[in-house]
Amino acid sequence: MKRRNFIKYAAAGTVMPHFIPFSGMGKVASASWVNLLQNAMIETDRVLVLVRLDGGNDGLNTVVPLDQYDKLYQARPHVILPERSLIKLDGQDKVALHPAMKGMRRLYEEGKVNIIQSVGYPNQDFSHFRSSDIWMSGADHDEVVNTGWAGRYLENEFPNFPVDFPNAQMPDPLSLEMGPRLSLTFQGNGVNMGMSVFDPSQFYRMVEGVQTPAPDTPAGDLLEHIRLIKRQSNLYGQRLVEAYLASRNLVAYPDKNNLAEQLAIVARLIHGGLKTRIYLVSISGFDTHDQQVEETDHRYGEHAELLYKVSTAIESFMDDLKMMGLEERVIGMTFSEFGRRITSNRSLGTDHGAAAPCFLFGKPVVGGVTGENPLIPNNARYQDNIEMQYDFRSLYATLLKDWFCLENSDLQKVMLDEYATLPVIATSGCVATSTREQNQKAGRNIISVFPNPTRDWVQFDVETEGFTLLQIFDSAGRLVATPMSSKFNKGQEQIRYDMRHLPNGMYHVRLQSGKTQQTRQIVKQS
Amino acid sequence: MKRSNFLHLTALAPPVEAPPLLGDLSPYEGEWGMLEITHLLRRTLFGATLEDIRYFQERTLEETLDELLSPSAIVPPIPVNNYNDRQFIDPDVPFGETWIHAPFSDDAEPGRIWSLKGWWMHNMMTQDRSIHEKMILFWFNHIPIQFYEVFFARWDYLYIEMLRKQALGDVKSIVKAITLSPAMLHFLSGQYNHKDAPDENYGRELQELYCIGKGPNSQYTERDVQAAAKILTGWRTNYENDEHYFDEEAHDTSNKAFSAFYNNRIIMGREGAAGAEELDELLDMIFDNDECALFICRKLYRFFVYQGIDDWTEENIIAPLAETLRTSNYEIVPVLRQLFGSQHFFDFLRQGTIIKSPLDFIVSLCREFNAPIPPAEMLQDRYDFYGNLVYMSYIFDQDLGDPPNVAGWQAYHQIPNFDKSWITTNTLPNRASFVDWILWVGISTPNFLSQLNILGTVAKIAEALDPNELIDFMLKWQYPIEVDKTFHEQLREILLSGQTQDYYWTTAWYEYLAQPDDEMKRATVLNRLLPFFYTIFHQEEHQLS
Repeated sequence: MKRRNFIKYAAAGTVMPHFIPFSGMGKVASASWVNLLQNAMIETDRVLVLVRLDGGNDGLNTVVPLDQYDKLYQARPHVILPERSLIKLDGQDKVALHPAMKGMRRLYEEGKVNIIQSVGYPNQDFSHFRSSDIWMSGADHDEVVNTGWAGRYLENEFPNFPVDFPNAQMPDPLSLEMGPRLSLTFQGNGVNMGMSVFDPSQFYRMVEGVQTPAPDTPAGDLLEHIRLIKRQSNLYGQRLVEAYLASRNLVAYPDKNNLAEQLAIVARLIHGGLKTRIYLVSISGFDTHDQQVEETDHRYGEHAELLYKVSTAIESFMDDLKMMGLEERVIGMTFSEFGRRITSNRSLGTDHGAAAPCFLFGKPVVGGVTGENPLIPNNARYQDNIEMQYDFRSLYATLLKDWFCLENSDLQKVMLDEYATLPVIATSGCVATSTREQNQKAGRNIISVFPNPTRDWVQFDVETEGFTLLQIFDSAGRLVATPMSSKFNKGQEQIRYDMRHLPNGMYHVRLQSGKTQQTRQIVKQS
Repeated sequence: MKRSNFLHLTALAPPVEAPPLLGDLSPYEGEWGMLEITHLLRRTLFGATLEDIRYFQERTLEETLDELLSPSAIVPPIPVNNYNDRQFIDPDVPFGETWIHAPFSDDAEPGRIWSLKGWWMHNMMTQDRSIHEKMILFWFNHIPIQFYEVFFARWDYLYIEMLRKQALGDVKSIVKAITLSPAMLHFLSGQYNHKDAPDENYGRELQELYCIGKGPNSQYTERDVQAAAKILTGWRTNYENDEHYFDEEAHDTSNKAFSAFYNNRIIMGREGAAGAEELDELLDMIFDNDECALFICRKLYRFFVYQGIDDWTEENIIAPLAETLRTSNYEIVPVLRQLFGSQHFFDFLRQGTIIKSPLDFIVSLCREFNAPIPPAEMLQDRYDFYGNLVYMSYIFDQDLGDPPNVAGWQAYHQIPNFDKSWITTNTLPNRASFVDWILWVGISTPNFLSQLNILGTVAKIAEALDPNELIDFMLKWQYPIEVDKTFHEQLREILLSGQTQDYYWTTAWYEYLAQPDDEMKRATVLNRLLPFFYTIFHQEEHQLS
């Protein structure tokens, strides 16, 4: 028997960039920051910064309904703020801010803040975990959704991710979270669309190229090697460092303020040319069951300190963006998993509640207050809660439609339902930009579907590598068909599949090829 | 040396030279708890499952070694046709039937080899509490063939089955069985080794790569290579029954003279069928040389303990192990027992000292977190699942059954990088992608989805109710070395979604345990555990064994 020169079942595979927190060695044509700075000059992409107030922010002590003050005084004597200490807002006689939020007032007076009253969802869940998941996924209270609202948006915007990302069109992480949690917010169908950096100090270590020290042992020697390779293969990390170093903050941020530190980094990254669309920063400690205020003076205490941090951090961030000339490009929004109970605890705090206000901030925001003051019942009981006026998903829908210019048909896919939008963003007409078109093509398309929508037959053009599997799922995620399953091939395949036996509706087709996956939607209609 | 000693020393004194502190081969009598058991299982099996850790927690080190070093009780299934598809149908073997008796077929061999790789993956994935599968891989790496180079799946299969039979036996018999196996006779040209022009291929590797090596005291010469080649002339495979036979017509009957390295030994040439006896004499001569046992013990040490062999290790570990090997007539188990039962093996400075091989990385992750295997009746799905794992190992640079060359995978021999070569800017992101895939999405086959069973695994851990205890448990289980304290905090933040009170996790976990079928309770804990394990698996320490 002779030796065979057999070509193995697969040649060396192309490498999928790893989505978080490092990537494979994709092709990055314009990786130098000089190029990126030039791009930044003409960059018109819009950015969204989400500010998470972890633990459930006490909305009633943040935005105080003055016309309900007496009833509030009765319901929450242990935490009520002195009436004369409250910060009045220009042109608002019924709404005032916590005395620690002078910075927020200034922004409000400059027309850069919209306070949206009583944001929540029907049938409030009082668990931190569950309610956070609801806010991040955009689910109903009794529904489990395993993807995040922003993850679905980014998936819609960058349908080829993560195959051949990063690339020249999108050299940067699609979203960036400061914090270790890999929020559900950015989870797509299958892959997470985000990158996360543990905390500012980890970020600085990355910038300085400081490797976490390994022990001086044989195992430590191996660890050092792995860390070195991890850094070398972390293309997204390198891009963050480049962008960060290509810029600097133009205002001073407050000290000892972790949120300010995160936002200062975000400002530099945006200014340094990072094309990342959505940032998520967090400040925790809002779970103020007790010691929310100081007993002797309710103007002070844990909650006041937190709000002071939020207010000064956002104020500095906005000033910095203005100096950087980026004011028109950035909008931010605060959110928290729930507000707190109307009635207070003797321990000087408040328990988990329901709806609460959100701050939308940025120059493109229509300044003002949206919605009415919440109504506080007479003789409020422990179980009473603030009724929701605006569904949080309406805010998301507004941001997606009026800020990211997502078209209605896509909006519904991303939000999983129809939600009214609010007139809170002052854009002079929103047209889908040319970047949308670019984003749609960024990366490598390994599965095309046409015609789509279809009445009967559909053709899939797929790239195969290693093990290849093509499956169709219905809208409930049930597997309905496997048009292709093969083992040895590397190359292109065309598969025709008859969908006539399937009911009309939306389907997902998922290609698993080698170690990569890509998902497409198909609509079957008659 | 204990961890605490080490930390103590580094804090107080200038670094002391490590070797004198290292434990030697004296029997280990220290603590026998989760850390030690996990360390031993990681090295001798593919991963340390919770079941196995608990099982051995009920036993002493002696009893544990008895069990680990006994042959596996599992009789592997016979590989079958899983490769018929719309592009190729094996003319000789129906789907689901075995191909091991089928005639050679140019067209069918690739599919059969593919099936064989999946079958091997199955054996590793379903191993029992025996070192057997690891030893098969050890021997295969030590004296490898390349499945595609041999290009006859039956012989490849017979090679693995021969290794299975011999893996825990004596080294000389293993080498002899390998020498005469049809796969090796073809892979290294023995089949064509003829007195008219002896082929040195196998005679060389037998000494250079398999028995003597290129250590400082290895002094064999080109003459020894040629003499060995002559002795090996005439061995052939009977294509009828895959047995070897001796073709006396092809055998070189001259006397074979060896160098001073072999004490100027002359192996007398023999006429006729007696020529076959020269092989035994050759092997006896090679194994009588001191270098042989030293070389094999170094290979064992590099595979199971650490690649760094300095003078201290050579003198205090390798040499005594080699002595054991010689006095036990080359039986391997006494050596393994001495090594795995030693203070040296359990020394803190020998923990975490191996970068997981691709196979170790893949199989241990699947086994430790109970990734479900498609049942036997779903044959296609089962093999497709294994095929995906085989493919992963391939893109991590360990093509199962097809090492890069006759010396095996570089990580086990290539100075100075050794196992560091497993981790490159290519393979590290690939390992990460695999973790993400099997953790978040699962590996799909046409009718089956295999995803790490995170909830099922954590549910076996009583400590899971307390987030801090759960974190401590996981770090102890998943990492062979201690990690930075801040990492503990990061994990806690994930489990608590940024809240400060531990009971938020406790409540959520308790509610899940009370109603495991409640979709929402399930999602609530899973939404924390997925990023939790993601973070654990992506930490550099997770690459270490």
